[in-house]
Amino acid sequence: MENFNIFIRSIFVDNMIFAYFLGMCSFLAVSKNVKTAFGLGIAVTFMLVVTLPVNYLLNTYVLRPGALVWLGADMADVDLSFLSLIMFIAVIASMTQLVEMAVEKFAPSLYASLGIFLPLIAVNCAILGGSLFMQQRGFTSVGTAVCAGGGWGLGWLLAITAVAAIRERLATYSKIPAPLRGIGITFIVTALMGIAFMSFLGIKI
Amino acid sequence: MADKVNNRSVFFNPFAKDNPVVVQVLGICSVLAVTAKLEPAMVMGLSVTVVLAFSNVIISLIRKTIPVNIRIIVQLVVVAGLVVIVNETLKAFAYDVSKQLSVFIGLIITNCILMGRLEAFAMANKPWPSFLDGVGNGIGYTIVLAITGFVRELLGSGTLWGFQVVPQSWYDAGYVNNGLMILPPMALIVVACIIWAQRHFNPDMQEK
Repeated sequence: MENFNIFIRSIFVDNMIFAYFLGMCSFLAVSKNVKTAFGLGIAVTFMLVVTLPVNYLLNTYVLRPGALVWLGADMADVDLSFLSLIMFIAVIASMTQLVEMAVEKFAPSLYASLGIFLPLIAVNCAILGGSLFMQQRGFTSVGTAVCAGGGWGLGWLLAITAVAAIRERLATYSKIPAPLRGIGITFIVTALMGIAFMSFLGIKI
Repeated sequence: MADKVNNRSVFFNPFAKDNPVVVQVLGICSVLAVTAKLEPAMVMGLSVTVVLAFSNVIISLIRKTIPVNIRIIVQLVVVAGLVVIVNETLKAFAYDVSKQLSVFIGLIITNCILMGRLEAFAMANKPWPSFLDGVGNGIGYTIVLAITGFVRELLGSGTLWGFQVVPQSWYDAGYVNNGLMILPPMALIVVACIIWAQRHFNPDMQEK
């Protein structure tokens, strides 16, 4: 039940885009139409669900202070946590490379439309941010890590799909000042939705 | 293409015409995170410039030996190593600022400007143009950080670089700091205004 609560929290209250503003670069560039946005959202969700438990295990059994105690009693005071940034990013980067190769092989049209932003998933702050939040909040089981990862991923998917839908409508029905068209108005839409999502902050689940 | 790169335009284009933040739309996360005050924003800009310049040079030197399939991992390891060096240097020589910035320096690794420039420029060009490209993009990024930090600190806390600039008499007369400016969403709106102004003066950049 607790894991379910964390899942729901991660989607709405701790929304990666609207509450923490992580993963903005690919979010802004790929939210031009709903179909591509949805594809990228799925990719990010997948990456979060896969990397978060892996990094959780790494953190628990290798990195955190005293984690190496299973190697023998004299390893109990070894603290490798200064390596965590490099280890997390290495896991994320290798997973991204796998996903890139898979997408290139099985969905060439999606590959073409994502362009440079597929390798950029590796540096999507939402994914590294997820691992750092996991470390910071001290999750207690693999299940929790999977649920939080899924929630954050779905929250990101929700946000990018919603903004992409708004942008599609804006492009057809509204008369925006020319210099603000495209990326400018997207910034403002995101800011307004961020302010709206702040209302979730008061909810305790 | 690799031989005929104009060094001058490589260096100066990112200042405005090809600015990494407002034109290429890279590195937005950190713009939102560090610009509530001017001083951390400038330190952040400097750190990113250093990391970007040197990672560009290193990747450019070894670009022919990196296997395509594992290039992302190689790039990230180079960047992560440089970020650790910058982080330790800041801790040694500017401890106060480093304490303010600690989380965000780590986040330089995931700053898309780095990956974007490495993928788009350093992988295809010689070390010297890559160095100029890195410094130019770093300065372009710093300019946007400076403008955003200036506006947000001035309107949000009434200070600049930590010094009070809005006089006490204004507060006595009923002036109130705009608390909304401290919240991250307002950074988005300030950047949107920069984009608006910039595209107003460069009509060929407007979309549709």
